[in-house]
Amino acid sequence: MTLLEQLPALQVAIPFLAVPLVMLLRPRGFAWLAAVVTSAFVFCTACAMTVHLLGGGHLDYAMGSWSPPYGIELRVDSFSAILLLVITGASTLALLGGQQSITTQIESHRQPMFFAAWLLALAGLSGIVLSGDAFNIFVFMEISSLASYVLIAGGPDRQALPAVFKYLVMGTLGATFYLIGVGLVYMMTGTLNLADMSDRVQAVADQTPILVAAGFITIGLALKAAIFPLHAWLPNAYTFAPHIVTVFLAACATKVALYVLLRFDFVVFQPNLAGHTLQFSYFLMPLALLAIIVASVMAMREKHLKRLLAYSSVAQVGYIMLGASLVSQVGITAGVLHVFNHALAKGTLFLAVACLALRLSSLGIAGLAGAARMMPLTMAAFVVGGLSLIGVPGTAGFVSKWYLISAALAHDSLGLLLVVVVVLGSLMAVVYIWRVIEVAYFADAPDTAASRPVPALLLWVTCVAAAANLYFGLATGVPVSLAQAAAGSLLGVAP
Amino acid sequence: MVILFGLFLLTLLVLTAVAIVRTPNLFVAVMLMAIFSLLMAANFFILDAADVALTEAAVGAGVTTVIFLSALALTADRERVTKTGTYFAMGVVSVTVVVLIYATFDKPVLGDPNAPVHQHVAPWYLEQTPELIDIPNVVTAVLGSFRGYDTLGEVFVVLVACIGVQFILGASPPPQAPRGQDEQGLRHHLVPQVVGRLLFPFIILFGLYVQFHGEYGPGGGFQAGAIIATGLILHALLEGESAALKAIPPNTLLAMVAGGALLYTLVGVLGIVLGGNFLDYSVLHSNPVTGQQIGILMIEAGVGITVCGALLSIFHAFAVRD
Repeated sequence: MTLLEQLPALQVAIPFLAVPLVMLLRPRGFAWLAAVVTSAFVFCTACAMTVHLLGGGHLDYAMGSWSPPYGIELRVDSFSAILLLVITGASTLALLGGQQSITTQIESHRQPMFFAAWLLALAGLSGIVLSGDAFNIFVFMEISSLASYVLIAGGPDRQALPAVFKYLVMGTLGATFYLIGVGLVYMMTGTLNLADMSDRVQAVADQTPILVAAGFITIGLALKAAIFPLHAWLPNAYTFAPHIVTVFLAACATKVALYVLLRFDFVVFQPNLAGHTLQFSYFLMPLALLAIIVASVMAMREKHLKRLLAYSSVAQVGYIMLGASLVSQVGITAGVLHVFNHALAKGTLFLAVACLALRLSSLGIAGLAGAARMMPLTMAAFVVGGLSLIGVPGTAGFVSKWYLISAALAHDSLGLLLVVVVVLGSLMAVVYIWRVIEVAYFADAPDTAASRPVPALLLWVTCVAAAANLYFGLATGVPVSLAQAAAGSLLGVAP
Repeated sequence: MVILFGLFLLTLLVLTAVAIVRTPNLFVAVMLMAIFSLLMAANFFILDAADVALTEAAVGAGVTTVIFLSALALTADRERVTKTGTYFAMGVVSVTVVVLIYATFDKPVLGDPNAPVHQHVAPWYLEQTPELIDIPNVVTAVLGSFRGYDTLGEVFVVLVACIGVQFILGASPPPQAPRGQDEQGLRHHLVPQVVGRLLFPFIILFGLYVQFHGEYGPGGGFQAGAIIATGLILHALLEGESAALKAIPPNTLLAMVAGGALLYTLVGVLGIVLGGNFLDYSVLHSNPVTGQQIGILMIEAGVGITVCGALLSIFHAFAVRD
């Protein structure tokens, strides 16, 4: 076996090896360093796989050398590659910049456990994306969910605990629904391998267990992906989490659930279930439109910076779902592309928030007065992230909105309505981002004593993230070709 | 006969579940939950799933109950009654139940040999296990080798649960000196003392048997870890918290949790180093079948160590805060 062929397994095995070491070895600062190195390493393996996959095709890996469907198969295609880049990239940047922020929020004797949980979240999310096996996805969903609950509960604010409890109940419900669905499909097909399932569902597609399974899997994953109206857990979980954790989870946690949803729906159900396309147009599309409108309105009314951005995330999940629910090559390309671009934008914004939190006493919007004069670079990065979130030309966000609008226009009957909603959502994003910028740039600063300076590394990481928004707004080649290949493989068209 | 037993047990199961939801006394709820698990274990057993039954009995009825009770000792034992959202919740539950019943309309009959689950992957496992792995318990072969990656994942689920409890309960340092009564444990109660001491060696012995006999009969690392942890928790209850922590200090427990998971992952990586895939045990020995057996033995040891350490560590995290 060449090293390249082993990469899918290493993506999970390396964090798994690092976790026990981080737990056991306690010299000061080791946990952080080990986490950064591990995260950077898996980012490199993700990049290596992406480079290999740019030409199309997929990497398969038979765990334990047992051929599927008897053993567990890993299957990495361009869709997985995009998600892997987002997960490992967000984790690496957040960890690299986050040492100071974590030290202020988490006592040093608890940090080894914190970083161990972080690496487990990283391994869990990567494991979900890599896997080609329905039950294996569930196992890694458990790892990533439990680890994210732990990370979110780490915040110094006691309100984090009720927030995380709500997330825990909702998340467990979602995972259980998914498992019920997988169990029903297994009962009717006798297999857990997704590709094999896709072949074998055909014969039993009209029987009640499969229909119910499709419902359970969709609703369970929609809960985890915070698809409107099942998003109730998200705003507070993001708000009260430690700031650096918000950077990591906001960039990728809901998207991984969306990934599984799309993978399952398109690979297993869409080709086999009669009328499954209607599920998208009658059920998911209206929800996506509502998500864009309602969550944006909530964000416009919100007074707390982190919760404002959290509501915006619910709206952005709506854009992704809207793209996917068009069930067309361009639509899915737009959805997948928005996974990547929204992670860039939201990651940048939350990194800027982490910088702000080190200097400001409160993250209420009113508390931001004068922030731009105090921390010009941070606010500049925030503006870039905001522009990308709105979808201004020249930023990454514009690219996915552009694809989304062209896909919507191609839709027969509702095209114009969809475009109106997308544009309206973007205008509302202008409003809520402007509210922050107005206070930060134009409100009079209260006379405050200078507090801790923002560490150079965090500032540097934030600027890199902001620059990435601009870079991928202009050099669109790699994400677009990956997203197109992903859409092709979801629709069953060989790229 | 099986159908009759099944109906009886399932009816009891539903009654117990309703009782759990209805009782405002959390202590009662915990006890009922232990009964629920025991009924569930009996159900699994009459469906010939002995391995699952053993796990459910050891983990569900045994260790979980103890952990729930230690949590109750830290909080209150009566539920705060809330009225809001009850009807909505009941609506959602009813709809879910109706949909699930609808799902059973086209399901294969219980025990039908032509059901899809008995036609596709399962016969392959039954046919190939004697040849490829050569151990009598096919369930162990599936969990340990064919789907060993899932089991590795489950070990890390246990690990993250342990990390979570340590991390969240570690927020404020625990009180240094436990109260006098904790110090004594149940030492002043003669009956538990005598019976407990008598049972303790047998529980440990049974745990070890389940651990090392997993290839031949029902059992394996998960069950054994839970059983041994139960024995050690009994010891802690009898002799008091500090005596138990003196016998196995918290750091040793953490080392067990991490060490078991590390052992499992290293066996997987060894597969790559020796020229196979991750978790490929065939390359561990010149004879692939022997290699499989060595691999399963090692990963089961890893599972047992991690599960035992994690359960004890979680128990102590609650107990020292009493």
